[in-house]
Amino acid sequence: MAKRVAMTGNEAMAEAMRQINPDVVAAYPITPATEIVQIFSSFVADGLIDTEFVNAESEHSAMSACIGSAAAGARTMTSTSSQGLGLMWEMLYIASGLRLPIVMAEVNRALSAPINIHCDHSDTMGARDAGWIQIFSENAQEAYDNMIQAVRIAERVLLPIMVTTDGFIISHGMETMELLSDDEVKGFIGEYKPQHSILDVEHPITVGAIDFTDYYFEHKRQQIEAMNTAIPHIVEIGKEFAQLSGRGYDLIEGYMLEDAKIAIVALGSTVGTARVVVDELRNKGIKAGLLKIRVFRPFPAKEIADVLQHVKTIAVMDRSDGVNGRGGPVFGEILAALYFLIERPIVVNYIYGLGGRDTDMKQIQDVYKYLKIVAAGGLLNDRPAEYLGVRE
Amino acid sequence: MAKLKDLSKKQELLSGGHRACAGCAHPIAIRQILMAANMPVVIGCATGCLEVTTTIFPYTAWKVPFIHSAFENSAATVSGVETAYRALKKRGKLDKDIKFIALGGDGGTYDIGFQSLSGAMERGHNMIYICLDNGAYMNTGIQRSSATPKGAHTTTSPAGKVIPGKREFRKDMTSCMIAHNIPYIAQAVPSMWNDLVTKVQKAIAVDGPAFINILVPCRLGWGYPPEDTIEIGREAITSCYWPLYEVENGKYKITHAIKEKTSIADWMKKQVRFKHLFNPGNESILEEIQARIDQDWERLNELCKM
Repeated sequence: MAKRVAMTGNEAMAEAMRQINPDVVAAYPITPATEIVQIFSSFVADGLIDTEFVNAESEHSAMSACIGSAAAGARTMTSTSSQGLGLMWEMLYIASGLRLPIVMAEVNRALSAPINIHCDHSDTMGARDAGWIQIFSENAQEAYDNMIQAVRIAERVLLPIMVTTDGFIISHGMETMELLSDDEVKGFIGEYKPQHSILDVEHPITVGAIDFTDYYFEHKRQQIEAMNTAIPHIVEIGKEFAQLSGRGYDLIEGYMLEDAKIAIVALGSTVGTARVVVDELRNKGIKAGLLKIRVFRPFPAKEIADVLQHVKTIAVMDRSDGVNGRGGPVFGEILAALYFLIERPIVVNYIYGLGGRDTDMKQIQDVYKYLKIVAAGGLLNDRPAEYLGVRE
Repeated sequence: MAKLKDLSKKQELLSGGHRACAGCAHPIAIRQILMAANMPVVIGCATGCLEVTTTIFPYTAWKVPFIHSAFENSAATVSGVETAYRALKKRGKLDKDIKFIALGGDGGTYDIGFQSLSGAMERGHNMIYICLDNGAYMNTGIQRSSATPKGAHTTTSPAGKVIPGKREFRKDMTSCMIAHNIPYIAQAVPSMWNDLVTKVQKAIAVDGPAFINILVPCRLGWGYPPEDTIEIGREAITSCYWPLYEVENGKYKITHAIKEKTSIADWMKKQVRFKHLFNPGNESILEEIQARIDQDWERLNELCKM
């Protein structure tokens, strides 16, 4: 029987971790993710779970310890944000290259400089090619649900996963949500049976050997294939989760998209704001739609092209900028996804909410207004991206 | 005290055929370490000469479980392995007793891995960290580390026309680890196999973290004939450059008494890396080095009396 509770995103993620009761958690505090490991360590201290908790002396060491633990065949989790993810960078690639199913709760926060503790996606977007599956959550409920599914996905495809929430907006925002029972979670994730372990002293293996020019490419190719073929597994596990919880999950989620002439593409908490704006516009008879990307890695390009191909003009919302003169990372991916269509929508890029700048309904309304003008044949400017809510 | 007769009957856990240089002290040290182990061990290793010469895919020289992840995190990685072991044992998924050994070179220990080692020791993981100190970044082509002795020529502290090699004294890493108040700390050299094996056995017997700093002469980086590795190591001891001692639960003990102290200049003369110090005008550097060694040796003897 589902239990209805009020929780913040951080509490929800910590609660999922309690119910998962992993063998090992190694982590280091960082705002706004600190609470996750803080709450989790109190679960350990109070004997609610018997996870071994490693208070690492840095995020680099936290991820290194996760790698050691996962290579030893233990179900392993961690949590971080922003600079912490930045410090883990080197080890992120090693975790995925060694095919270790580590699950991370990541709270999106802007990268320094200037130092800023609030939400944007520059941390996780920077890690988008580190070989980790990336799942973005719209709210605390999704954060909780995604964490539970992440364990199954990671262990199925042998790739690490980061489940993200938006710093403060989700991590510290209180919402009503439903929890599964401990037994339901336990049953859903099942017991972890690793294929290899460096604790199997009777069958010694070498993990992390050096590849020269004769093997590196083949090993990378296998890793790439694992990511390429993860999509059906993520979909299947999402469906299974729907049977358990009544909440279905797919790679992407369209809202009023079927007949939409103009649409926004977004990830994370902004999707909720945009959904309200779409309702308003629909009430006025404007055919506005919305596409939420839940799984950013692997990037569901085909699925996205399928649902966007009929839309006339699209605004891709990026909560980080590539600082590359070509707009944000989601924009680039969407353009690539749509390139193979014969009839392509017009796509514009909006950079918004950097460093936690509030993104309100007015800003989203302005985006749709601009899309309407462009759809009616209005002039596009030649800037790589529009900047929403910034003084310039 | 280890017995050669017993050790000779033990299985070799590091196979031949690895690609370490002729005369490299690494495999000698590793064979001694693995021989010392009287229980199953899992090895973690930092990036460096040892790792790249023993694990060239699809081969491995290791007949025990081995993990390498990166350069600066051997201790952190092994702390994860050891934690997983405790977690799985507690949950009844594992019943074997296993000891964990993290290895790192001087670069991976004194410099880039200093923090992760310090963290792992403070957390009290049941593991031995062994530093294989050859006094420079040998794997990348002999660059200066904070373990490089004063005066040594390396490719990043070259003996030039103005600067005569490394200008600073080396970091006293063993003392840094003693300051962590862990149960067992020691210095060893593979030239004294019995001393080294005994120290590893003591470290294995400790319930908690232990640290052993092993001097591994590098014939390439130090510049001496490969057949002299054991002798060069011996003279590092007799010159008191690398005194053999241990600190067991805070108690210092010199494990190899020095009957007649040899001069540091005699030891340095046998190594190309110090060649320039014997040019006229550099006498004061040699004197300074000898004075520091005398002072450190005196201090160590004082600490042993406490």
